[in-house]
Amino acid sequence: MDITVCIKQVPSTSEVEIDQETGNLKRDGVDAKINPYDLFAIEGAVQIKEQTGATINVVTMGPNQAADILHEAFTLGADHGYLITDRKCAGADVLATAKALSEGIKKIGKADLIICGKQTTDGDTAQVGAEIAELLDIPHANNILAIKEIKKESLVVDVDMPTMIQTIEIKLPCLISVDKDLNQPRLPSYKVKKATKNKEITAYGVCDFEDSNEMHYGMNGSATQVIRIFPPTSNSNTESWEGTSDELATKIADKIVELKIL
Amino acid sequence: MAKIEIVQKSEISAQEGAAIQEICPFGAIEYIDGKLDISAGCKMCKICTKEKPEYFTYVEDEEREEIDKSLWNGVVVYVEHTYGKIHPVTFELLGKARELAEEINHEVICLFAGYNIADKGGELIQFGADRVYIYDEKELEDYRVEPYAAVFEDFIKHQKPSVVLVGGTTVGRSLAPRVAARFRTGLTADCTSLSIDENTDLAQIRPAFGGNIMAHIKTRDKRPQFATVRYKIFSAMEKDERRAGTIEICSISKELLKSGITVLESKEKPKAKYIEDAEVLVVAGKGIQKEEDLAIIYELADQLGAMVASTRPLIEAGWTDPKVQIGLSGRTVKPKLIITCGVSGSVQFIAGMKNSEQIIAINTDPNAPIFNIANYSVVGDIYEVIPKLLEKLKLEKREKIEVFV
Repeated sequence: MDITVCIKQVPSTSEVEIDQETGNLKRDGVDAKINPYDLFAIEGAVQIKEQTGATINVVTMGPNQAADILHEAFTLGADHGYLITDRKCAGADVLATAKALSEGIKKIGKADLIICGKQTTDGDTAQVGAEIAELLDIPHANNILAIKEIKKESLVVDVDMPTMIQTIEIKLPCLISVDKDLNQPRLPSYKVKKATKNKEITAYGVCDFEDSNEMHYGMNGSATQVIRIFPPTSNSNTESWEGTSDELATKIADKIVELKIL
Repeated sequence: MAKIEIVQKSEISAQEGAAIQEICPFGAIEYIDGKLDISAGCKMCKICTKEKPEYFTYVEDEEREEIDKSLWNGVVVYVEHTYGKIHPVTFELLGKARELAEEINHEVICLFAGYNIADKGGELIQFGADRVYIYDEKELEDYRVEPYAAVFEDFIKHQKPSVVLVGGTTVGRSLAPRVAARFRTGLTADCTSLSIDENTDLAQIRPAFGGNIMAHIKTRDKRPQFATVRYKIFSAMEKDERRAGTIEICSISKELLKSGITVLESKEKPKAKYIEDAEVLVVAGKGIQKEEDLAIIYELADQLGAMVASTRPLIEAGWTDPKVQIGLSGRTVKPKLIITCGVSGSVQFIAGMKNSEQIIAINTDPNAPIFNIANYSVVGDIYEVIPKLLEKLKLEKREKIEVFV
């Protein structure tokens, strides 16, 4: 089986802030670590490899330093790393990101199974995986809680639904996005780290893709535009309530209703 | 193609180069041998063009693809449901859709796909829909992405709606991107605020970069405009049994409902087992004088669908299970709402819960440290306030049930 895992480099803290006066971003959000949900995706792939034998390709889109997380993926058991790096991909929204990744996946070659983390911790949309599946015209399932069986032509998985857990059999090739309940990711192997230190990473740009029209990538290929960014209105408001217990109870009850807890 | 261009006439000193690199919040400006460059880390935020216009210029597209927005009409709400039982996020979206539609003189349209649901459309009209389109097919009994996406595609091709709102549930986040990508159109996830411009552009606000920044997003040149919104963000309008609307049953070729997915089993989700997973927590503290007094705490939790947690002294007394202890030596929690009852707020306790979204603290001592981090500090006696609160909550619930039956 050929498995492609999509991963992303994300800031190690969420301390990106906005300058109240100029409205500009403050520089703290330099990408540094592997998106935590992607670790479950890699581990899922490695467990399949251990059970049935498989080749694991990892692909990411980003600047050159995103190669770091591909090397990290090697230490966790991935076989080959692919980096989509091109300024033409800058400013991509969900659609343009899915476009670049789906073209990258096609370029890598055969993929029986594509695994993504449920979401990233920076973009937080949880929607790129499904768009990749659409662009590749394969079925997908989100929020996978368990991989129960790996068959020759399908997978049996548990899916987290709004009120139910659904067990489904999904035909290969397909894409799944996995939740943190899937497994306990292993720690990187130092031995493998040493052995894969100089392992080559294949870099792709838009010109390498089957669809090399630069209007389909980055900001130009995005269907949405960010009009402006601004600091959130602070929700750290504090109020102190005093009064009779009846008044206090009313205030608490009103707040509970306002927060839609009931 | 729109891009940021570098205008550099002469070599730049290393010192100036380093200063220019500093302005990019994403570290995407490169400086090598006196020359500036922009790496693939660029997010097109255009800060460099504002801060250093002498070096960076933004070049806009020469020709933008224009669409005739007047051909796209209606605000659609996708009806989220489990075997015909409508998810409440749908009613909240209908409330918002009504608001948006009235602003631009459009209709509110529901897409309802499932099996044995043909008689369930009326409720959608009572909550704000003008027209309900129902696809009732055996193949749609269980949610499977391909047949549901096929129905969505069919519906959009016939209706040509301007806006499509989908609940940000696990199903919504699977279906909306699938369909949005099919139409190569924009999708904004987890919007926290929506309004609409006169030209029918949807103004979508959502948190970005991990939530510390808000972004205002538009789908300027594409239709329909897809947005997902989580449960409990917007409010449903009051049910109006006299509202009029139309219901239409649609048909679709069975050929389009094929799927590579077979549903083997569906079972109810188990309730949250650990306090870390609870959305609402009620915490019992030292203010509880006797073990049997915990009853009011459990009753409050019951009313709120919450779990009970506690501070260390109660665990040491053997009144509560160590698994429900909050604090450095216990568990760290981040629920939507936490109500602390008779908790003074030791450093170790606060460390385990200070990131909760909303904190209501009830304590008799106005100087209790818990009040330093509480959003709502209630200076009062839990033995008096909680029983009164329980009465009021029961009353609220009764009114709510009356509205929803």
